Amino acid sequence: MSTNPNENRLPEPGDIDPLVLANRRAKGKRPSFLDDPAVERVLSIAMAVAAELSVARERMDTLERLLVSKGIFKPDEVESYMPDAEAQAQRNQWGREYISRVLRMLEQDVQAMSGPQDPALEQVIDELRDMRA
Amino acid sequence: MSTPTAPQPSWRQLGEHAVSPRATHDEVARFDFLMRLNLHLSQAVLPGVKQAYETRVKPAFEAVHGREPADRHEVRRAMQKDLHYQLWSALRRNTMEQRQQAGRSVVYRQLGELRAKADSLNEGAETLQLDASITSPRYATAVDIHCMPGNYHTEEVARDIGAGANYDAGLFVTTAGALGSYSDGGGQALVEWLKKTYPDFKPRRILDIGCTIGHNAVPLAQAFPDAQVVAIDTAAPVLRYGHARARSLGVNNIEFRQAAGEAVPAADGEFDLVTTAMFWHETSSRAMPKIMKEVHRVLAPGGMTLHLEQPQYAGMAPFEAFMRDWDAYNNNEPFWTAMHEFDLDALMVQSGFPVGAYFETSMQAKVDRRLFPAPTGSEAGSQEDYGRTPRWTAFGARKPEELSQ
Repeated sequence: MSTNPNENRLPEPGDIDPLVLANRRAKGKRPSFLDDPAVERVLSIAMAVAAELSVARERMDTLERLLVSKGIFKPDEVESYMPDAEAQAQRNQWGREYISRVLRMLEQDVQAMSGPQDPALEQVIDELRDMRA
Repeated sequence: MSTPTAPQPSWRQLGEHAVSPRATHDEVARFDFLMRLNLHLSQAVLPGVKQAYETRVKPAFEAVHGREPADRHEVRRAMQKDLHYQLWSALRRNTMEQRQQAGRSVVYRQLGELRAKADSLNEGAETLQLDASITSPRYATAVDIHCMPGNYHTEEVARDIGAGANYDAGLFVTTAGALGSYSDGGGQALVEWLKKTYPDFKPRRILDIGCTIGHNAVPLAQAFPDAQVVAIDTAAPVLRYGHARARSLGVNNIEFRQAAGEAVPAADGEFDLVTTAMFWHETSSRAMPKIMKEVHRVLAPGGMTLHLEQPQYAGMAPFEAFMRDWDAYNNNEPFWTAMHEFDLDALMVQSGFPVGAYFETSMQAKVDRRLFPAPTGSEAGSQEDYGRTPRWTAFGARKPEELSQ
């Protein structure tokens, strides 16, 4: 193996940040596919989240299969599980919180439609600046 | 639970070797998601692209121009405004970027361990010849090919192998397993064709140009164990990785050498067989004739040259050529579109091969069908996916025993 004289100037593996390197963009102008570049970014984020959901689902599947194979529960026990009233209430509560977090923006849009309209923030900035005792 | 009869590919089934990046449960799940997403895009979303063309884009074009689109460029400009095509393209591009991110996040977190393994296999080996004076040609640095950040050549650390490890880890995802457990379905296809078509052909010296991680040179070296294989590339990280990979697979008859195809470090007539696999579309109009002249020069009389590529556009319907062109415009394969217009027969004649020596055949990846599915489009009723499917045109020529001008 011949040596490369330029190698001395390069960092060692302990000096790199794997996350920064993983997210490095490829050289070359990225084509724009959709008419709105913002929508394109949201699509890209949504697909990354979709991937992570798939990863989480697969991990849960592994856990269930391990629990079955170790005799902790039987294969149909997850399917036939009936939450009691308290468990169902807790789930419903969690489910409401979850959905309202995800759709917060829509709720707040509706709140903004009712009641007095907020003035532009610039107006408030000016108002507070110009207040005199 | 019943055993599925159809092959169910998973990244887990990839063959391991000493420098394979090791993936956690969740990293495998991420690779497998992207593999399934690629399959879904080509099998369930892509048919709609052709449908959109037939039912709305082409009729709208005809209404304006009074004729069909004349070539792939007219098809492309018309299709770029179609929402279904836009979404399919955006998803396909994004999946490629996700695949790169996923591969790199696996590789760089364990780069120290991988490099140590590569070092132990590469240290002092005569069969790895790096040459710091070799610079990457413009066609390898203009953009990062197939959205692979840093391309094949960028070194993030000393004695880097990261680019090779990421490329190796991700081939499975991009091709949805269709290249087989060592991603060597191309090299294996070349071997199978050679053994069937020329059973008496026993090359003693083989040259593979643009070898990257040697995944197609390894099956050649295994098929001809008495041959000496020289695998060249301009990029050091893939050569280091490829050499360690081949060594750990017990393949010791390949010399990995840093060199350009435009200036092969070999005497005239040194090789009986010169191969490339999916190489020419990553070069340039200037490089192609230079490299092919070198192929002719280093071939021995009676020797053969054989190249795997996607099919040329000549005689192809504009829509199919447009679809095959997708990678050129959307996946950083800038020479893909011009390369597929080249008259390869004429190129070989200009490079010194006799008129009539050129031949062309088709091949598909040879893989273990118990583990990996047949490529899309290879079976009746299945969906053509225009360019990713490992079904290739192979072209080549034999150099006459007696040189004739």
